[in-house]
Amino acid sequence: MLLALPLLLVSNDKKGDTPLAFDEMMNADNSPRQPYSTYNDWYAAQDKARLIAKSREAENIFRKTGITFAVYGHADSSEKLIPFDLIPRIISGREWRKLAQGIEQRVIALNAFLDDIYHKQEIIKAGRVPRELIERNVAFLPQMIGFRPPGGVYTHIVGTDIVRTGEDQFYVLEDNARTPSGVSYMLENRETMMQMFPELFHQNRVRPVENYPYLLRHSLASLAPPGCEGKPRVAVLTPGIYNSAYYEHAFLADMMGVELVEGSDLRVIDGKVKMRTTRGYEAIDVLYRRVDDDYLDPLTFKPESALGIPGIMDVYRAGNITIANAPGTGICDDKAIYSYMPEIVEFYTGRKALLENVPTWRCSEADSLKYVLENLADLVVKEVHGSGGYGMLVGPTASKKERTLFAEKLKARPANYIAQPTLSLSTVPILVNKGIAPRHVDLRPYVLVSDKVQIIPGGLTRVALKAGSLVVNSSQGGGTKDTWVLED
Amino acid sequence: MLGRTANGLYWMFRYIERAENSARLIDAGLRMSLTRSEATEDDWDGVLQSSGVRDIYDELYPNLTSADAIDFLLRDKANPSSVMSCIDTGRNNARMVRTALTRETWEATNECWLNLKSTLARRIKPADLPEVIDGIKRMTGLIRGAFHGTMLRNEIFNFSRIGTFIERADNTARILDVKYYVLLPAVSQVGSSIDNVQWESILRSVSAHRSYGWVYEAEYKPSNIADFLILNGRMPRSLAYCYDKIVSNLGYLAREYGEAHAAHATAEETLSSLRNHSIKDVMDQGLHEYIENFISHNNRLGEEISNGYRFN
Repeated sequence: MLLALPLLLVSNDKKGDTPLAFDEMMNADNSPRQPYSTYNDWYAAQDKARLIAKSREAENIFRKTGITFAVYGHADSSEKLIPFDLIPRIISGREWRKLAQGIEQRVIALNAFLDDIYHKQEIIKAGRVPRELIERNVAFLPQMIGFRPPGGVYTHIVGTDIVRTGEDQFYVLEDNARTPSGVSYMLENRETMMQMFPELFHQNRVRPVENYPYLLRHSLASLAPPGCEGKPRVAVLTPGIYNSAYYEHAFLADMMGVELVEGSDLRVIDGKVKMRTTRGYEAIDVLYRRVDDDYLDPLTFKPESALGIPGIMDVYRAGNITIANAPGTGICDDKAIYSYMPEIVEFYTGRKALLENVPTWRCSEADSLKYVLENLADLVVKEVHGSGGYGMLVGPTASKKERTLFAEKLKARPANYIAQPTLSLSTVPILVNKGIAPRHVDLRPYVLVSDKVQIIPGGLTRVALKAGSLVVNSSQGGGTKDTWVLED
Repeated sequence: MLGRTANGLYWMFRYIERAENSARLIDAGLRMSLTRSEATEDDWDGVLQSSGVRDIYDELYPNLTSADAIDFLLRDKANPSSVMSCIDTGRNNARMVRTALTRETWEATNECWLNLKSTLARRIKPADLPEVIDGIKRMTGLIRGAFHGTMLRNEIFNFSRIGTFIERADNTARILDVKYYVLLPAVSQVGSSIDNVQWESILRSVSAHRSYGWVYEAEYKPSNIADFLILNGRMPRSLAYCYDKIVSNLGYLAREYGEAHAAHATAEETLSSLRNHSIKDVMDQGLHEYIENFISHNNRLGEEISNGYRFN
């Protein structure tokens, strides 16, 4: 599951008893919404058989290029394609500005929160976030206490998952502040669309996303550690070719023009992290790591890790390497913390959060647990630390037996779960054999943090391919779309 | 460049070369069984030995049949030198060094793998074999073509080429090692049809049965065949040709890096031995000893390159 994301889309399109979901392309009277008006004219003029053929062509391009992800636990653990749908997801400039402001505010708050909890912990002292929630959390790294990364930046790359329920109604579903993936799909989807339908990019003023690798490289290099001499040397750290997101790691290293390294290439020598080259060992200044915290340094974290670099945490703390994202950022995107995000944003920015959270019940609290147990049929219950959509209950579609079994798990370990209501998520049409049909979508914009916050206009739109399906996770049958932000 | 990347390139090209060689050995074996009415198990024994996998075969199959041997050489995952295993390993290395390859080279490699994975998913019917083997040669040819047409002539290119030629030299030497006795003047009864079939098979194993005719005027003569495969600098699978390429690619690296390693001396020594001897010298010294000695030097060179350039 390349998009190794704990993502669940919730909805309530039960037949008959609820209104239809908000469709981003078509109004109820079958006229196109404003951002889609130019596209809709183009679509109406297309030969549908040609579009289906183009769709297959796109699949071939992806397969040939090797844009694949591995599915863990499959008998034939071969590489799968993430289906690409060629109808773009279009967002107006006005909608985007609103979103971007909210995301920027949230990302600034996340960094301030991280800096605070690894230093003075004022938010705990102020009683806004319970102490045990932080200090007993596995994502909280005591090794980071009292240490400030170069530039004070903890989350260099963030992927904020957003869902929409109406014309002006957006919610943040998750803040991915560890190692968000999927950006290679954003880039390849755009590349594929431009190859297949160049005329669309003449007719619509679509803001570019292609410079992402360039911005990423500059953003990373600008946060070189104090011990860096000369031009900062950047490298991407991958767990290797068997990792589900390997394609993306190689792709980003290639597009940035930096080395793609594995733990076995690196060694700490003379207080620096160095890579073994054909000419000897050479220092690295900034490491964009796509390896989890636990595996980063066997001397500090999991001793059995073969993916990491023994001693890198000492080099880090001595100011001789920048690790992006910083270790310990998981504490800010933890599902248990999520429910506190409105307070966190307000505490550090002094303003109400511009983007809303999905209402969340913390099952650790007795009142909430009671409510959740009584309303299981209407709620979605997630594991606090789960990812990939496996350890959860989708109340409205679960059988009575499934709900009963899940209630037992809930009662046994309530602190392990949160619950959220079902929302009627927006849809965007996908191409099907008979024409187009609406499917639920979410959105992951990518954010780069250095001395400034840069939000790439676009992102990854994931789409549930099955009619009425709630889950867009790529490991469970989701696809992707090119995402356009219009210049207006 | 990362040592691991150099290692990945070197092995990627060794395995692609080996895949092609395995296909060629099957081709030569098939041809032999067509031209002879007698039992052909011995021929497949020679093919398996040339591929260096006779032991693994014996562990897996109760007896030697041409159908099993072909399947084993073509698609058995338990055989690290089967065409499928080689393309699998080669492509895994290509994934690892993807940032060092042009898009064209990667795509040719990936397409070859995708194609063979589906073609070789089942046992191949005898009637379909020629087409499958042609397909393998064509697809590895496309990888080579994309590589030559698009890659910068830098260290990436040098490590890839060195891998190709160390593997190729090893393959040619191994064929000679298994079949050396048919090239010995004492044993062969010149002109007998059995010898002719054997000689042609050797030449076919290195795709040289046609070019031999151009160089040595059609007449099969053991010392000429040995000369062609060992010393002829214009024959692209001869030991001399391979070493000429290895030495020149190592030379580029030495100039670029401003330093030479033990590997440079070893390769140059082998090349000068190949240049300064006549085939008569080789025969007098003992063909078998000469080849065995060559194989062990070739292996040593591989290790020296790996050490000198920090592959691991």
